[in-house]
Amino acid sequence: MIGTRIRSVTAETLATEARALRDTGGRMQFAYAWSPNGDDIEVRYVAALPERKDFETWLLRAGNEVPSLAHIWPLLGWYEREMMDLSGIRFAGHPEPHPLVLREGAPSRGNGQDFLKHPPVDGGHHLPIIDAKDIQRLPFGPIRADVVESAEFTFFYVGEHILHYQPRLFFKHRGMETCFNGRLPSDAVVVAERVSGVGTVGHALAFCEAVERAAGCDVPVRARALRVLLAELERLYNHLHYLGHLCSTTTLKVGEAQGKLLEERAKQLNARLTGSRFLRSMLAPGGLRRDLAPDKWLGDALEALRKEVIAYVDRLEASESYLDRLITTGPLPKRVAFDQGATGPVERASGLDRDLRRDHPYALYDELPVTVTTLEEGDAYARERVRIAEIEAAFDLCQRVLFRLEPGPIRTDGVAPPLSEGLGWSEGPRGSLFYAVHIGGDGTLARVKIKSPSFSNWRAFPLTVHDSNMMDYAINEASFGLTIAGCDR
Amino acid sequence: MALWTLFGLSSGKATTTWPAGDDADGQDGLLGMPRYNPQACDEGCRICAEVCPTHAIEAHDDKLSVDYGRCVICQLCTEACPTGAMTPSNDWAFGVRDREDLVWASGGAPTAAPGGTGKRAFFRSLHVRHVDAGSCNGCESELQALNNPFYNLHRLGIFFTPSPRFADLLLVTGPVTRPMFEPLLAAYQAMPEPRWVMAVGTCAVSGGIPGGNYACATGLEGILPVDLYLPGCPPNPAAIIDALLIFLDRAPQRVSGGRVRD
Repeated sequence: MIGTRIRSVTAETLATEARALRDTGGRMQFAYAWSPNGDDIEVRYVAALPERKDFETWLLRAGNEVPSLAHIWPLLGWYEREMMDLSGIRFAGHPEPHPLVLREGAPSRGNGQDFLKHPPVDGGHHLPIIDAKDIQRLPFGPIRADVVESAEFTFFYVGEHILHYQPRLFFKHRGMETCFNGRLPSDAVVVAERVSGVGTVGHALAFCEAVERAAGCDVPVRARALRVLLAELERLYNHLHYLGHLCSTTTLKVGEAQGKLLEERAKQLNARLTGSRFLRSMLAPGGLRRDLAPDKWLGDALEALRKEVIAYVDRLEASESYLDRLITTGPLPKRVAFDQGATGPVERASGLDRDLRRDHPYALYDELPVTVTTLEEGDAYARERVRIAEIEAAFDLCQRVLFRLEPGPIRTDGVAPPLSEGLGWSEGPRGSLFYAVHIGGDGTLARVKIKSPSFSNWRAFPLTVHDSNMMDYAINEASFGLTIAGCDR
Repeated sequence: MALWTLFGLSSGKATTTWPAGDDADGQDGLLGMPRYNPQACDEGCRICAEVCPTHAIEAHDDKLSVDYGRCVICQLCTEACPTGAMTPSNDWAFGVRDREDLVWASGGAPTAAPGGTGKRAFFRSLHVRHVDAGSCNGCESELQALNNPFYNLHRLGIFFTPSPRFADLLLVTGPVTRPMFEPLLAAYQAMPEPRWVMAVGTCAVSGGIPGGNYACATGLEGILPVDLYLPGCPPNPAAIIDALLIFLDRAPQRVSGGRVRD
């Protein structure tokens, strides 16, 4: 697989390899299963090795049972449960072997249109048994107050104190990975763009990079530069939304209004530039679908927006009521962030110095100065400051791209040959995104695995909620900047 | 100390007066549904139908059927069409009362379904309960934008409410995933009558990209009675406002037979 070196492992050596990876400073990224010829299942583990710009993939030809690695790499716990649900493999010794993505008793193949005749089964969701006096249980969701995504949260609490918190996700599991199957790689960006609406560019970019690596084609410089511009514009409106939302949870009303107004301005810029507020319909394997003409107006508009954002951030920094609610709220220790696979601004706020744009450059990031901000505190305030630093860096990257943009071709031809495969990645606003793409014998997509940043961060988030208090919950959740669509897929 | 109130007052009003006043709607450059012009179409050419990812365009006996209820605005047909029969447009306001009005039909006279009755009491006070039945979060992002200072939905007397028991309108996004089926029905059943349903986004109208696979239904069709359809991927905030006003009979439905009639 291009973008990654493939190495075979066996069930016997798997645990030894996993420990060696951990002890040499490497990092497990994600794991998935697929059946190259229908029956035999392969489990693939994708890992980052220190000081290497590509990745390493371990290939395990699995029977029906594979030893679980969740005790060595806790972050693999969810990937293994997902494989148990969707691929029918068993992971021996898994600490939480119950369904994650599907509900108990739900068939993974069926006709979705017969819901009225055959209502879906709603299985149990493995809450801990807490049988003690005075402990209250609060189920919340899946339909919650306000305009939010669907998920169910259960709190066990005494008074204001949360003892245990359990989110139940995957109400929104849409089977997006299977939506790629049978499509030509050139036609499938439209699917990747709709995995997570506010991560349109990040998903499309990682998918295109994966297909381009399988096809072995070189994307023209102008297309690579404009891809950076689009990716950074996506980061901008997402982070601005985040600030407005954080103000909403700390009841800083004018701050909320101003943050959301700045987000609206950024989205309107997106529409003026590309015809889509979410920057959709721009990317294609091999480059871009059409050229953009970001004349002087875009640079001027971004500079005007930057000035307003800086004034806004200065006012936030001078608002004690707001800062008081963030500082020391929801601390995520560095060790926990690493073990559970936290990614993006969340891990960088907990002292983990990682960013795919710098460590594994793609698009044009190897020719641009990528500033990576890390902080040690790991609290809600650190997560906010990392995002503010990324807003400033995104403005800077956009202006640099606009400055050096040269006329030139924007798309190259290249077809991924039958039975090829590729790994693509991008650093979205919420963190690391991977696409593993396998092309079938007829040249269409046979298997696409999506590793989304929110899948990683939702796993780390509950560990900051246990033993905290109710008043901080909404602020803590907002400070993680999670999406549910990306996690559930 | 930050003087937020002073800052807020001194920055002036950010809200557009659209659709009533002369202000901009804030949707400059935004692409909407592709426009279909059958006169320009080459007989037997099926390129657009082949690239359409959701079968919004289908070829039958050398004729095309175009269903905007399935369109995800990906613009692939407008790029593939060799003759200009499918062209990009700014037609994003596509709210209709009758699903049939999203299907392109030859024939000249507008056939837009008349407005419903019994909504007079809700004219300036509509309470909406939103349910995410498995969207990509694009629709939620635009619904959340309705309450930003630029659109300020409250100025139109339309409010989101936390409880379905206070809601007049159920606004549903997403193709309806298996686990959301029961909660969606429960929310609808908890609403007092009269109650209405609006399908927002192509997923809720017809299933969109994942519709009908092992995890999803094909939108609200056959699950709940829909009073207003708004396709779009996602529909932009101005399109959602327009559709809400059409629902309340405060704005005319301008789309019928699959095209905007002016």
